Amino acid sequence: MVEHRPLSDFIAYAILTLGVLIVAFPVYLALIASTHDAATVVGGHMPATPGSQTLENYYRAIFIGGSRTSREPVANMLINSFVSAIGIAVGKIFISILSAYAVVYFRFPFRKTAFWIIFITLMLPVEVRIYPTYKVVADLRMLDTYAGLILPLIASATGTLLFRQFFMTVPDELLEASRIDGAGPFRFFWDTLLPLSVTTMAALFVIQFIYGWNQYLWPLLITTQDSMQTIVIGIKKMLVATDELAEWQLAMATTVLAMLPPVAVVIFMQRLFVRGLVQTEK
Amino acid sequence: MEKSTVFNNRLLPYLLLLPQLVITVVFFYWPASQAIWQSFLREDAFGLVSEFVGLENYQALFAQPEYYQSMLTTVIFSTLVATLSLSIALLFATQADKNLKAGGPYKTLMIWPYAVAPAVAGVLWFFMFQPSLGMLARPLRGMGIDWNPLLNGGHAMTLVVMVSVWKQISYNFLFFLAGLQAIPRSVIEAGAIDGARPMRRFWTIVFPLLSPTTFFLVVVNIVYVFFDTFGIIDAVTGGGPAGATTTMVYKVYADGRLGGDLGGSAAQSVILMIIVIALTAIQFRYVERKVQY
Repeated sequence: MVEHRPLSDFIAYAILTLGVLIVAFPVYLALIASTHDAATVVGGHMPATPGSQTLENYYRAIFIGGSRTSREPVANMLINSFVSAIGIAVGKIFISILSAYAVVYFRFPFRKTAFWIIFITLMLPVEVRIYPTYKVVADLRMLDTYAGLILPLIASATGTLLFRQFFMTVPDELLEASRIDGAGPFRFFWDTLLPLSVTTMAALFVIQFIYGWNQYLWPLLITTQDSMQTIVIGIKKMLVATDELAEWQLAMATTVLAMLPPVAVVIFMQRLFVRGLVQTEK
Repeated sequence: MEKSTVFNNRLLPYLLLLPQLVITVVFFYWPASQAIWQSFLREDAFGLVSEFVGLENYQALFAQPEYYQSMLTTVIFSTLVATLSLSIALLFATQADKNLKAGGPYKTLMIWPYAVAPAVAGVLWFFMFQPSLGMLARPLRGMGIDWNPLLNGGHAMTLVVMVSVWKQISYNFLFFLAGLQAIPRSVIEAGAIDGARPMRRFWTIVFPLLSPTTFFLVVVNIVYVFFDTFGIIDAVTGGGPAGATTTMVYKVYADGRLGGDLGGSAAQSVILMIIVIALTAIQFRYVERKVQY
């Protein structure tokens, strides 16, 4: 830096600490609330330190169910969230790496058209065409199925663009070399391109996993059975019931459980996640 | 940039494209065209008979005061969220860019809310500000404010704006920090040698150089406010009280789901599509020119 003044550093630390506190406070409260009994949480004078009900609250939330009105165990919702988030991430990587390979490494009639057909999907998220999409999924008898949760959400171009950009940076010499070795398109893809793409794939996986895990409107519409509910939807339903019945400690335990997987992914794979973000969006 | 060496294969590229094209056509183009078609139809209450009514759904929509209300709400909501989350994130990013000894952990601690689902963020904040048991609602009442986001539209709006900003700061922070770190130190040092104080250096050197990042973030933030805040609004206020937090996207959902008015909901979808495409186009055409690269 240009000049180093202790005062400037002090201000920086102060502002950043304030930022971290703002960012962390709601989560800290949820953690605390999830360790107390119902009466303490609702009493209006919640302590600032953890209570003694932790195990019981989490046990009840995970295996028995969040509230008296909707008894759906969180374990089940967690499984649904995992299956759909992983399905969305893997499905997206699968379809987009193949189409990017076709667009970059082949010349064929309608190549540009195909690219634009895919590219335009960037414009309109599923929220805008929500009911017609619902109807298509209903007509295909995919309501309350994992396919219905997953497929409509992978119909967008982000992954294709990311792989396309990456393939463009792969030196042409690699392809020439493997052709001299007699490799066809499958061999080149499998032996050369795929190993090089591992970091891109991992970055895309992180972003799509979080995207899938955090979905709200789409699962809300297409899951009618409680057994197919994802955890993000489950929390909302619990909240509606909780307002009357005061089981906030269980709702907060569920909230903590719903946050853990995506936040863990971001923290552990920070570098990949940041690179993936910067590449997709810019 | 095109590859100079490629494979010559007639069938294979189509096979490779097939999975993505099938999914895109079935789950994107088909429903999008249905939305447009449906906006010209009126269905009876059971969805059995539908009749072509031309622009009637649109006329009905623009005769509704609630629709103008939701437009106004959207404008206020998106302006507040975008301005606040961008400026707060920029403040934090400039501080984190100061080469601090203990800077690393701060960055990690700032970015994780990105991973929190919008609806979950909504629930967290609702818990803090719930009128009867919320930890932060009581101090507000102590200050003489009759805090109740369930009844007071202004309070409800304040709450959803706070959650949306909280959720978006981390994303903006990340990009501002990347943008700041890409600015060559020599440029800033040159400014310092010319005697410019830190504030002056920021506004005359750093901020203009940051404008591509800012431009990009404005686009992303508008899309975020339009679509990703749905979960926040639904979890915190459900569009209420009395429609005070019903944005245009929320109204598409509410009219179709609760009102059963699929034609009207489709017409709103179409208008929303046009707005989003127009906003993006305007930004690329006019704003990007003024941006310094």
